[in-house]
Amino acid sequence: MPFYSEKVMDHFSNPRNVGEIPDADGIGEVGNPVCGDMMTFYVKIKNNMLEDVKFKTFGCGAAIAVSSMVAEMAKGKTIEDAMKITNAMVAVELGGLPPNKMHCSNLGADALHKAIENYLQKNK
Amino acid sequence: MDSRVFKEMLPFFEEHYGNAQSMHSMGFASRDAVENARGRVASFLGANANEIYFTSCGSEANNLAVKGLVRAPGAGGKHIVVSSVEHFSVLYAARRLAGMGFEVTYLPVDNTGMVDPSDVKRALRGDTVLVSIQHANSEIGTIQPIEEISAIVHERAIPFHVDAVASAGAIPVNVAGLGADLLTIAGSQFHGPRGSAALYIKKGINVVPQIDGGIQENGRRAGTENVPAIVGLGKACELAAAEMPQNAALIGRLQRRLISELPVKIEHIYLNGHPQKRLPGNVNFSVEFVEGEGMMLLLDAKGISVSSGSACASKSLKMSHVLTAIKADPAIGQGSIVMSLSKYNGDEDVDHLLAEFPPIVKKLRDMSPIYNYFQKTGQRQKAGPGTDYEHEHEH
Repeated sequence: MPFYSEKVMDHFSNPRNVGEIPDADGIGEVGNPVCGDMMTFYVKIKNNMLEDVKFKTFGCGAAIAVSSMVAEMAKGKTIEDAMKITNAMVAVELGGLPPNKMHCSNLGADALHKAIENYLQKNK
Repeated sequence: MDSRVFKEMLPFFEEHYGNAQSMHSMGFASRDAVENARGRVASFLGANANEIYFTSCGSEANNLAVKGLVRAPGAGGKHIVVSSVEHFSVLYAARRLAGMGFEVTYLPVDNTGMVDPSDVKRALRGDTVLVSIQHANSEIGTIQPIEEISAIVHERAIPFHVDAVASAGAIPVNVAGLGADLLTIAGSQFHGPRGSAALYIKKGINVVPQIDGGIQENGRRAGTENVPAIVGLGKACELAAAEMPQNAALIGRLQRRLISELPVKIEHIYLNGHPQKRLPGNVNFSVEFVEGEGMMLLLDAKGISVSSGSACASKSLKMSHVLTAIKADPAIGQGSIVMSLSKYNGDEDVDHLLAEFPPIVKKLRDMSPIYNYFQKTGQRQKAGPGTDYEHEHEH
């Protein structure tokens, strides 16, 4: 049996929403290179909606697949709904993650939430 | 596995199924085959046949050497010296003994992975019962100055074990030349079967069994002989000895190509291990700004199998102990890639890798925030915000 699910391999090999948003409304960064995982999420927000979500990730296959999936799940959602995306939801959407890779899914949702919080902070 | 090895093993699965210890004619065929293999292994290592003990794997042989030696009656003392880049089967055997009252010195290595013989000299004590140093490292390929180390160890009449699992079959391994009192080899490292290995124990060295039971292997390793595996190991030794010069020439040439051509095709990559004193089949690069597992998976999709010493590629989520010992920058060590070459590789494989690898690195760097940062600022990003995630990795 392969290490990763087909869905993880698909999102890892063809990640969606990779990139930067130059005029992002919020930026969230988690992890650091020493740990082996680092993610930066960019959000563009209009009328309380996540109009665009992009990311850059340094990390393993799971970390990249999680980033891609989180961005896809968050796009088009309201701020409130996007904040409700949990790590467990991301793992389920990806068809499961190996147990020792579950922490990668934590990074993904957290980076997204950090980017949204960054936007909320700036627009208080 | 070499198909000639497999052919040699085949009759011993079905046709000659006799127990090598039995006193019937079926058993004789098995016993003869085991003893023939013992002779082949012995001649491969420059040893006598009665100094070769078959085990189920390299890890078992290393455990037998380390634990069996220090627990032998009359071993005396309680101090063990190993290097910090040993295989886990030596490191953890030593750690187990440390929990039982032994004291272990873990020798440092320099940034090429080399043990300094003068460090060995300084580490030896009146109560040192064993020194165990690998011949070569499987991950970074560095070949240790074993002859120099054994001379120092023998001045004090201390037994010296050499883990030659990574080197046997790749470069000459001669027990007398190296000055080894005990030496481990494993068949799976040179196209022999998995589950085949041997420990050389010099005549006069006392080792207590770690598997108690029957009289097999001269009472030092109980258990019914795995005849096909033993036969396969013997054949693999014979082939390796006969074909080593031509194999080493081919593999060494492919290695030099990768080491010289990859840095031309990919910026910011660094060779791990010693530039000259390394196994011919080992190429280990750290590729900066990307993580090893991602490269591994994308290369696999192109039919290229490599491994990585990165934290994410390991089940423990820690950077390999070898990269840690050579003080690799943890951020850069995450991008380590090990390419192992064998006699079955050719120039076309090197060409294939040189064509496929650069675009993979580019793809991963294009999505890497730390590469992004480097391109914009010319600076390397150190621990950024969100470092609190470090705890998550301590599983």
